[in-house]
Amino acid sequence: MQIPYEVKARPDTGVNNAKLGIWLFLASEVMLFGGLFAAYVFLRIGADAWPGMMMYGEETMAERADQILNVPLAFVNTMILIASSVTMVMAWASLKMDRFDRYKLYMGLTILLALGFLVVKGFEYGDKFDHHWYASTNNFLGVYFVLTGLHAIHVTGGILVNAYFWGPGTKMWKRGTARDKAHFTNRIEVAGLYWHFVDLVWIFLFPTIYLI
Amino acid sequence: MEEGHSHSDAHSAHKEGFWRRYWFSTDHKVIGLQYGFTALLFLLFGFGLMLLMRWQLASPGVEIPLLGALTPEMYNQFGAMHGTIMVFLGIVPLAVGAFGNYVVPLQIGAPDMAFPRLNMASYHFYFWGGVVMLSSFFVPEGAAKAGWTSYPPLADIETMGQTMWLWGMVLLITSSLLGAVNFIVTIIQLRAEGMTFFRLPFFVWAQFITAFLLLLAFPPLEAAGFLQLADRLLDTSFFLPSGLVTADGPLEVAGGGSPLLWQHLFWFLAHPEVYVLILPAMGIVSEILANNTRKPLWGYRLMVWSVIFLGFFSFIVWAHHMFITGMGTTISAFFQITTMIISIPSVVILSALMITLFGGSIRFNTAMWFALGFLPMFGIGGLTGLPLGLAPTDIPLHDTYYVIGHFHYVVAPGTIFALFAGIYYWFPKVTGRTMNETLGRIHFWGSLVAMNGIFFPMLIQGMPGVSRRLFDGGLTYSFAEGVMHYNVVMSVSAFILLLFQLPFIINFFMSIKRGKKVEKSNHWESTTLEWSAAPTPPIGHGNFATIPTVYHGPYEYSVPGYESDYCPQEVPIDLSTSDTAKSVES
Amino acid sequence: MAEEMTLEDVKRHVKVYITVFIALAILTVVTVAVSYLHMPFTPALLVALAIATVKAALVALYFMHLISEKQVILWVLLSAGVFLAGMFALFLGAHADQEAVATLATLILSSHVA
Repeated sequence: MQIPYEVKARPDTGVNNAKLGIWLFLASEVMLFGGLFAAYVFLRIGADAWPGMMMYGEETMAERADQILNVPLAFVNTMILIASSVTMVMAWASLKMDRFDRYKLYMGLTILLALGFLVVKGFEYGDKFDHHWYASTNNFLGVYFVLTGLHAIHVTGGILVNAYFWGPGTKMWKRGTARDKAHFTNRIEVAGLYWHFVDLVWIFLFPTIYLI
Repeated sequence: MEEGHSHSDAHSAHKEGFWRRYWFSTDHKVIGLQYGFTALLFLLFGFGLMLLMRWQLASPGVEIPLLGALTPEMYNQFGAMHGTIMVFLGIVPLAVGAFGNYVVPLQIGAPDMAFPRLNMASYHFYFWGGVVMLSSFFVPEGAAKAGWTSYPPLADIETMGQTMWLWGMVLLITSSLLGAVNFIVTIIQLRAEGMTFFRLPFFVWAQFITAFLLLLAFPPLEAAGFLQLADRLLDTSFFLPSGLVTADGPLEVAGGGSPLLWQHLFWFLAHPEVYVLILPAMGIVSEILANNTRKPLWGYRLMVWSVIFLGFFSFIVWAHHMFITGMGTTISAFFQITTMIISIPSVVILSALMITLFGGSIRFNTAMWFALGFLPMFGIGGLTGLPLGLAPTDIPLHDTYYVIGHFHYVVAPGTIFALFAGIYYWFPKVTGRTMNETLGRIHFWGSLVAMNGIFFPMLIQGMPGVSRRLFDGGLTYSFAEGVMHYNVVMSVSAFILLLFQLPFIINFFMSIKRGKKVEKSNHWESTTLEWSAAPTPPIGHGNFATIPTVYHGPYEYSVPGYESDYCPQEVPIDLSTSDTAKSVES
Repeated sequence: MAEEMTLEDVKRHVKVYITVFIALAILTVVTVAVSYLHMPFTPALLVALAIATVKAALVALYFMHLISEKQVILWVLLSAGVFLAGMFALFLGAHADQEAVATLATLILSSHVA
């Protein structure tokens, strides 16, 4: 039996199922990252010193996050993520304009930018490890690794979803009926909502961890 | 992006193999049954763990046949896993996964859940979460021993079983989140024409609010779970304060963390979780009471608003679990006030259910007996909670058997009775056969007496301060001397309770094959869609031949002037001439 | 987002996206630049959070189309927002309260020792 409102919006709520579903999921994600941020604040206001003691060679006290973390790299990463959000929304708009070739281009760019984000992140982590700074060094680094790590997992998830919709997932669009095309466009919108949320989390992570 | 192509599935239903049909099914009814069977098995297993603990408490050190004498380590494992299994693998999956999945789409007139494949994924996450939890018994040094609350610093320095516990919880939380999204979308989007929010059966409302609690309260625990995993696997110190010393000497960690942080994050989930345990039970009881009193539910709208209010307030009462953590008077006053306030809507719902009974021509069947048993038992559970919600009385009672008695009254003779009621009530819908009434009554009365035999003495034992976590039950404490003998009463009652589950198990399996066939689809002469409009049981793939249109509220029983004493939701009647209908019509 | 969007609507949207992107880029530069001023903690925090909130709002309103989204979705987000705010407020409140108690206890203890 066909599930109603898979593609078309239900008249009285004005949304289709997937749209409502992804927003509910994002609401739960808000609570997940909210819980992590709350934990971060709780730990930080209870700490004697922040970022605290860094152990490399001799013991040194770091007083600011940017003495430990690489702000220029994180700045580049912020720009990358914002750009990927724009290409994502452009990919969706291209489908709305029935320009599948442009969709492929923009979605491809989104994926490449996301991969770029992870590569930069990898360099950042590698640099920390070179200094023998690990999550266990102190709670500042613990928060840094766990929060950015979970965010990176979300980025990875987004890449997988987007790669599916760039490659095998396009079959739906290529079937070519109006319903299939509308359905596929909805899917891209939903994937986009998730992707923008990942960007949004980073917008808060960047200043609160790197700059403050 | 998750929607399935269930339309094509329906055509090939008869060709599907066993695995596709019963294991990788996307049909909400099959998934509901998968949840049901798995959860019942977990309930039995969790009950078994408790029996071993009760054996130990009644006769410390006496060998258990086949197992030998319990060690303190085993006792702690059983305690932690009993709690975890009962809450996260037993009751919630049964109340939400099984009943919610099976009944909600049928009650709102939907062809299936909104995301059938997501629904399947949700069951499989649950199943594998359970497997991880169970297999943790077989890792070196056994399962988690830090209690179902997994408080650090103990949980942080626990053996490998705790890591398994955390991974298991991550899977279970994922399952809950997927399920919650699915339920909310289904209820908002897939209601049949005319099924407005105030025409939803109360059971659907209860599931709706429950889904919101799961959706928004579980993620902070997931966050906490990740942090504890980091503490255990990456040697961070989120929950470890500086200068911690164990039996093996000082802990070599950076320190600077806060064990209280875990408690805040944990109880931010776990208090709403209490309502996740109780709301579906209230929903089931409401359906059964309305049906068997042949009366509209008294104060339906009031109950709906109460349940919404409960949902909201359940998020801001959590720290009443933490009065003895050195909390100051300001915050403690805040949480005491919110705790007292949240008892009001529970009382409203319970009172409304009681008033529903008044003046009804009650049909006493097994489902009704269990629903009736729920009312006073939940009442005791709720009222014994009040002293725990106030700091002055909570401080001496904290972590005693009184607490155990209190919450077991809520979930065991409370929720579990409601779940039994639901099984007896919806059994004919699932199988097309009824369960045996005589065996059902034996099951009910035996369970009622045995449950009280277990849990009431706990309240007495807790008063002098017997701690809930003692391996020998408190033999070495002089203050416990006067109440130690109750351990025998409780343990004997526990084994009697086991005895009285046998009629249920026999009845359940016998009735599937040999139960009396129902004469008509609407066996209980109910007004709600799952009975009145859905196909004759047992239902195969697909729900309604044509989706019904709903014309009025869910509990139009004994409408004056109407030909029969129930008027199903899809039958239009002119309610403007009736007096009784006004209270429920929207 | 409305299904009934016309081609013209989409083209107008694209312009908005580019504008928002430029705004986000500028705000990112600003927040990093401000951080190099090494202001004291509280003003630094307030400025950083203010900028982040504006950026997040831009993403949510324009990229995620919340500005024209249906009521049901706004309600869902509102409830999550309320619970999140409650969680932050109570976590901080509980912490402050506990600190006050600890300080008091230390005071009492030290006066007894003296």
